[in-house]
Amino acid sequence: MAPPRHRRPGFSRRAQYSLFVTYVLAIAGAVVAGVLLLISIADPKGFAVLRAGAAEVTAPIANGFHAVRRSITDMGENMSAYLDAASQNADLKRQVAANRTKLIQADALRVENRELKMLLNLEQEAGDQVVALGNLVSSTASSSRRIAILSAGSSDGVAPGYPVRAARGLIGRVIETSPNTAKVLLLSDAENVIPVIRVPDGLPALASGLGDGTIMVRPVDLGVNNFKRGQVMTTSGSGGLYPPNIPFAIIVRKTSDGALARPIASAASSEHVIVLKPYQQVAKKVLDEALEALPKSEADE
Amino acid sequence: MNQLLATGRKLLGPSREYESRINREQSPARMLLVPISSVIAGSMATSTLPLVAGTPLLPPFGLLILLAWRLMRPGMWPAWIGLPLGLFDDLYNGQPFGSSAFIWSLCIIAVELVDLRGVWRDHMRDWLIAAALIMLALLAGLGISALAQPAPEVSIIVPQIVVSILFYPLAVRLCARLDGWRLAT
Repeated sequence: MAPPRHRRPGFSRRAQYSLFVTYVLAIAGAVVAGVLLLISIADPKGFAVLRAGAAEVTAPIANGFHAVRRSITDMGENMSAYLDAASQNADLKRQVAANRTKLIQADALRVENRELKMLLNLEQEAGDQVVALGNLVSSTASSSRRIAILSAGSSDGVAPGYPVRAARGLIGRVIETSPNTAKVLLLSDAENVIPVIRVPDGLPALASGLGDGTIMVRPVDLGVNNFKRGQVMTTSGSGGLYPPNIPFAIIVRKTSDGALARPIASAASSEHVIVLKPYQQVAKKVLDEALEALPKSEADE
Repeated sequence: MNQLLATGRKLLGPSREYESRINREQSPARMLLVPISSVIAGSMATSTLPLVAGTPLLPPFGLLILLAWRLMRPGMWPAWIGLPLGLFDDLYNGQPFGSSAFIWSLCIIAVELVDLRGVWRDHMRDWLIAAALIMLALLAGLGISALAQPAPEVSIIVPQIVVSILFYPLAVRLCARLDGWRLAT
């Protein structure tokens, strides 16, 4: 291709000036965009309304593709399941045997737990923590942020800060809402820091995303790093945002100052997700009820 | 209205040697809107595709199509086109608002500067220019989101950079097809 000739539009002064003006405008445009960028870094919520409107436009389309995504995800899982069927079978048999004893222990614990709660006069209503049900319809796949778009919004009662979970485990939390969609900050985003505990012994740790689908888990007590592959982390409930005991991640590999983990509930394969109320409200309610249940003289102190 | 369309044709139409000499003219709306709507569709595609990605993997389709049009048809768009199209992309990309507008404006200005060196260019050289700009744009995007909040390591966008560079010829093919349809009489 020959070099473009548009640079000298001819001898007309008017044409030359108008070309010059487009260059001035281009540089001014870059400056304006830079200022917008600074404003949005200083105040990330400032442009939320614009984006929410934009998400409303694409969400129905992405919703329509939902079935396609399911079948593509299933295809990969089915193929890999077929390939290691024999070893998986042996593994599963071993797990069933181990789980049977644990199940019996858990039943015993549940009975004991119920009796203890009756003793304390605490009734746990799980139903009223659930705000809305929805699907994750799409995500910002070309950005370094890990944000998914949920098909339920502020008209369903979803508000920023609400935790989101799937049947298998925690997904993330809501950061922006519009009437029919909400943006969910996934666990693997670098901004999402979550207090967790290791399941058998309750070792406290902090988890933060690495942006590539994995999570870095760092123990709170420095010097104690006895993570092992396959250990399970759950949310601890401290911080008051995420409810405790939601399955969170499985340790994949030990690192020098913690461990690398993979979320239990994959955002890509979770069909339905639940939006919960922030734990603090629930915790406060439980505390108030407990105070009411106590005899008057003790509650006053 | 006719005045506006005539100006649009002068700006975005085929240059004189490719102009139709028989008594038929292109549909002005198609001629003006096809390139712009293709970039807009590219911007929306990344957040419409039914994919909840665990890593940044999809190429920034909007930027690829913008660069393809700009390198294929120099002078078709005024130099400030990066601002409005970038602002639209910002609605969908999940980065801090204004980051695409900023990066795309700088990309277009960079191509203008490259055009100052009036050497002959072919597809491979265009690809080289686009590859450099795509790489810088993705790195700048990561840097900008690192200013606003904790960001992941640079290494996680390396696969995305490679995929995006390999997608560029496909974007050029697409734009060439659209260009033929746009200018057909």
